Amino acid sequence: MNIFATPDLLLALPEVVLLAATCFILLLDACLSDARRQVSYLLSLLTLLVTAVFTAALPDGSHIGFSGLFVVDGVAKLLKLVTCGAVAAVFLYSKDYLIQRGLLKGEYFVLVLFATLGIFVMASARSLLTLYMGIELLALSQYTLVAFDRDSPVAAESAMKYFVLGAIASGLLLYGISILYGVSGTFDLAQLTLQFHSGAAHQVGLLFGLAFLLAGIAFKFGAVPFHMWVPDVYEGAPTSVTMFLSAAPKLAYFALAFRVLAEGLGGALDAWQPMLILLVVLSLAVGNVVAVAQTNLKRMLAYSTISNVGFILLGFLAGTPFGYRAALFYTISYVLMAMGSFAMIILLARRGFEADRIDDFKGLAHRSPWFAWMMLFLMMSTAGVPPFVGFFAKLYVVQAVLDIGLTWLAVVAVLFSVIGAFYYLRVIKVMFFDAPSESALLVASPAFKFLLSANALAALVLGVLNSNLAETIAKALP
Amino acid sequence: MLTTILFYVFATVLVASALGVVLSKNPVHAALALVLAFFNSAALWLLLQAEFLGIVLVLVYVGAVMVLFLFVVMMLDINIAQLREGFTRYAPLGVLVAAIMVAEITYVVWVRHLGLDLSSWAPAMPVGFSNTKALGALLYTDYLLPFQLAAVVLLVAMVAAISLTMRKRPGYKQQDIAAQVAVRRQDRVRIMKVDSEQVR
Repeated sequence: MNIFATPDLLLALPEVVLLAATCFILLLDACLSDARRQVSYLLSLLTLLVTAVFTAALPDGSHIGFSGLFVVDGVAKLLKLVTCGAVAAVFLYSKDYLIQRGLLKGEYFVLVLFATLGIFVMASARSLLTLYMGIELLALSQYTLVAFDRDSPVAAESAMKYFVLGAIASGLLLYGISILYGVSGTFDLAQLTLQFHSGAAHQVGLLFGLAFLLAGIAFKFGAVPFHMWVPDVYEGAPTSVTMFLSAAPKLAYFALAFRVLAEGLGGALDAWQPMLILLVVLSLAVGNVVAVAQTNLKRMLAYSTISNVGFILLGFLAGTPFGYRAALFYTISYVLMAMGSFAMIILLARRGFEADRIDDFKGLAHRSPWFAWMMLFLMMSTAGVPPFVGFFAKLYVVQAVLDIGLTWLAVVAVLFSVIGAFYYLRVIKVMFFDAPSESALLVASPAFKFLLSANALAALVLGVLNSNLAETIAKALP
Repeated sequence: MLTTILFYVFATVLVASALGVVLSKNPVHAALALVLAFFNSAALWLLLQAEFLGIVLVLVYVGAVMVLFLFVVMMLDINIAQLREGFTRYAPLGVLVAAIMVAEITYVVWVRHLGLDLSSWAPAMPVGFSNTKALGALLYTDYLLPFQLAAVVLLVAMVAAISLTMRKRPGYKQQDIAAQVAVRRQDRVRIMKVDSEQVR
């Protein structure tokens, strides 16, 4: 009796390689002395490179494996490749920061790699079950990373908050999934699509489950009113961890929302569109208005994240292929800009000094004109000024909303992004027109400076070449 | 007939031990009563032909979880008198929860009388059917991916717990076996010549 059909492991080769390499680093690191910790760092970068190569080598088109629980398609491939790049950049940015604070430990790399595996699993999920396993893998690694600086009471506090609220969010998500299962009898997203075709939006069970699912998704994204954890966690975590939290996981949450809402419950658009509109308007309002009052740059960027999440969800609520593409475009460009902004904070920080207040950027133009300009690029791009990539990201999502006739929502989005421009411009004003409060030179490795410059310039280059990025995305997400 | 008798025996002991968990004054007795309750519910699973669940309940809950529980309960110095102080304050809430539960149980029992044939939900399995095998066949084929991912999640939890709690304390006493073995006589013993006349 042969009941065991060998699953198509080749489809999951990047995941297998990533997991095996991570376990190897975990074992090897236990035998390394502190002086040779760099080996783990280099191996982690190598792991990401190899994983990216294997991901790129995956076959084109949509392939289903593991009895329908796993899918490799264009979106999954694109998300995985961008994730590899973003995580590698986080490693490169954070090495010196970690060394200065005595935090360079193997567990940092191992946990980030496990989180990357979680993102990969979510990107390829074709069943609510797989999706949930990915979410937990990612979330558990994130909680630990936030608390990674064990001697910092602030980090411990924010990790506790994140953990408790995250557990509630996981509970909500699971509750939603279980109700959906109760109504439909399946975890499979393709089966769900068949069950909830258009016109199913009035089913009470579906609506009930959907409300919990959306609350879970909104929490993971950090959309209002499920945003309470974002500023505290962003401020409390070590900056290198904040950089990771703000960037790569957003791609995973894009996958979560895309797989559940667009692929699984696309037919029930009428049911989730109004809920998303509420989340979007609240996120845009709270994110942009509260950010104006912040003096801490990490908190300001946290509220900026909240408002940007509003824009990502704005693309989703259109419910059209163009809308999903716009949301993906927005997510990828946001990852780029968020990483650059946090890298600027790391650049200005040094041992015993975090540089996380806006005042710490005073007179940066006198201390380092080049990096003041880089920060200007990043802030302009996040604010949505042409010709930077952030402008086109906002343009596409607003276009998507206009296409479905929600003109008032587009007007609201533009109005709030104008309010939002204020606090980005304030950072620029502080850098260029205020007298420097200190004159210490910026110390960073050449690799760091090069990567940061490339990151900021990419915001400009991708803005000019936005049609190329849009084409790549359109190919991945037809 | 025999199964019915067995069911009532196990169920009676189960309810009695569950009452013991709630009512006993000594937390250690309560934990032990909970062990008994687990054993009896495992026996009920067996009666339902769910032998895998029954065995897992004993292995995991009795073998691991409850032992840990007992350790914690024995190590904590619980002041019963202090715990009882809040009883009257929380009594109304307790009564409310109890009332809701009684209402729910009544509702379930009432639904049963609506004519739903509950016995058909779990048809008797043929002789020799092993639900351990059936579960295993599902877990290692259709649900292989989530199963393996669950293992990874547990690994992450382990790495997280160790990396967050293990620290090198400054005054930490540790045996260095190699140093102990390699010790020479000169390191430990010093031979002194003491002149006898110096002693008074």
